[in-house]
Amino acid sequence: MTEAITADGIRKRYGDVQAVDGVSLSVSTGEFYGLLGPNGAGKTTTLEILEGIREADEGRVELLGMSPWPRNAKLLPRIGVQFQASAFFNKLSARETIRTFASFYGIGPKAADAMLERVGLTESAGVLTDKMSGGQAQRLSIACALVHDPELVFLDEPTTGLDPQARRNLWDLLRDINAEGRTVVLTTHYLDEAEILCDRVSVMDHGKVLKTGAPAALVREIDDTVRIRVESGMLTVDRARDLLTAAGAAFSNLEDDGTTLALSTHAPGPVLSMLAEENALRGLEVRGATLEDVFLQLTGREYRA
Amino acid sequence: MTATDQARTSPAVDGGREKANAFVGLSRVMLLGFVRDKGTLFFTLALPLMFLVLFGVLYKGGGTSHVKVAEVGQVKLLDQLKDQKDGPLSVLEITTFTDENAALAKVKKGELDGLVSEGPDGKVVLRFSQADQVKAGTVQGIVNSLVQTANQLSSHATPAYTLDASKVEDDSTKPIQYLTPGLLAYAVSMGAVYGASFTLVTWRKKRVLRRLRLAPISAGTIVAARVVVSVIVALAQTALFLAVAQLDFFGLKLTGNWWLVIPLVICATLAFMSIGLLTGSLAKSEESANGMNQLIILPMSFLGGAFIPLDFAPSWLQDVSRALPLRYLINPAKSVLSQGGGIADALPGMGILLGFTVVLSAIAWRFFNWDDA
Repeated sequence: MTEAITADGIRKRYGDVQAVDGVSLSVSTGEFYGLLGPNGAGKTTTLEILEGIREADEGRVELLGMSPWPRNAKLLPRIGVQFQASAFFNKLSARETIRTFASFYGIGPKAADAMLERVGLTESAGVLTDKMSGGQAQRLSIACALVHDPELVFLDEPTTGLDPQARRNLWDLLRDINAEGRTVVLTTHYLDEAEILCDRVSVMDHGKVLKTGAPAALVREIDDTVRIRVESGMLTVDRARDLLTAAGAAFSNLEDDGTTLALSTHAPGPVLSMLAEENALRGLEVRGATLEDVFLQLTGREYRA
Repeated sequence: MTATDQARTSPAVDGGREKANAFVGLSRVMLLGFVRDKGTLFFTLALPLMFLVLFGVLYKGGGTSHVKVAEVGQVKLLDQLKDQKDGPLSVLEITTFTDENAALAKVKKGELDGLVSEGPDGKVVLRFSQADQVKAGTVQGIVNSLVQTANQLSSHATPAYTLDASKVEDDSTKPIQYLTPGLLAYAVSMGAVYGASFTLVTWRKKRVLRRLRLAPISAGTIVAARVVVSVIVALAQTALFLAVAQLDFFGLKLTGNWWLVIPLVICATLAFMSIGLLTGSLAKSEESANGMNQLIILPMSFLGGAFIPLDFAPSWLQDVSRALPLRYLINPAKSVLSQGGGIADALPGMGILLGFTVVLSAIAWRFFNWDDA
């Protein structure tokens, strides 16, 4: 399988800040690839260098076998880019907006309207873009990135600020896009989103790629403590500790805050059977490690601006 | 190559059609943005037109003021000459009064310029107010000449000297003749400067410029679309202004080569757009672009003679106005619109305006940015 994107040792410095510090990555054709990282990790700059909006200080980038910098008119019709902020024209309706974008690629109004239908905006086609809801604007923005049927699609935080319904709605759309054989590169803050959508993710921080792999593989790699919670009042902390010690189960962080009795363990089996025997399973929650744990372990917990 | 691959590449292969489409699409966006923005419509069309109507009404009749005189009782001198059309009385507006005091009060208030009554022994008494010295001189001169003429008539002598006066081409400028090109130039400069600068600032801020950069269209297509739309707006302004100014109420009379105003307005639109390109490249927000634009347009309009004629302005002010493009539209436009000017009057202005365009665009290009980040 050919590579849709290869980047080799790209660096970019703004004044004193080394925004991208030697990023190498490759994305296969048809892959759904996620770029994760806290604010200021260098995701956006990396994405902009890949898209050909910025020139890297160092390193080599190839998109579909071509260099995106300097501006390459042969490459542009084959890639679609969606920005964080909705880049729409003033005072235009959704239909006029997508038809305008279509015209840049020599695509007629019928195909543009079909794309609007596809993202479910036919009914609000006459609404001015500045009057649209966040979800509608994001869907229009994605439609504008897809209107010319690109092979490679870049999406920068497409679900930020959307309600849960709108997010799931958009996930379906993104999955369909990928299923049609398009390569999709996504940046996101939502780890659940990356876990659900992406074939492979890279976690970035301080301008470097810290780890790359399938979300499930990354989760399995980290220390897989399981957190178990039940309603409190069925079992005291002391009795739970005695029973678990007697059963020889390893555990930690056993606590009861008045509503929930919780503990962490590497071996959930004996703990769950103990709880079952004590008939203390009401409100049971078992939560394994997620991509979020991978992310936090790699990038730390300190607050980023 | 598969069928889908072919479908994907075909728009790029069909380059000519694509370009035409993108150009039409962009022009449409800009035109709709203009027509749907009430603020822009007001400042580029309604406000300058309101100025034209307002100034037109204010200055109306300013050039054809009569000398108003009260005739108290019967004044033989005036009655004698009243029948002659185009005679010396044609410049006098005579009101008959019986009450001398009432007439005198009006003269004192400045409502009348003079009071004529008949004294004993054929004496003609003129009383006037010194408040307006020009009017005072005029009324004295006219009445004096009336007396002379009457004397000469009554002596039945052949005059030793006669005056043979004939009209030459009327070079004096009526207010509407300088108001129309002046306010039109103001309107065109507002439209073109704001059109270019706000397109640039808003599109940069909303990342539309960046999005355009990722579409396979050339910068030339974008610029061409903006130029065409700005020229359409400017020509619409021109048509509207000329239509209003030619109404009987304002009375602008176009002379033979008035159409030369069209190439003049087009050249001026380019020059003003390059100003907007510069402010749009420098400004980071609509607010600061607005400030810069006003800081340029208002002084340029006053100094260029958009609102008031510059004929009596000190020469250093005239020199300043020569460094700004507006006067190179106003003066030739005034000449070709209503003073019988021809190509020779329009060409130098057009050349200078295009010169401004080249220089200002080159400066703007140095500051241009696709992105504000």
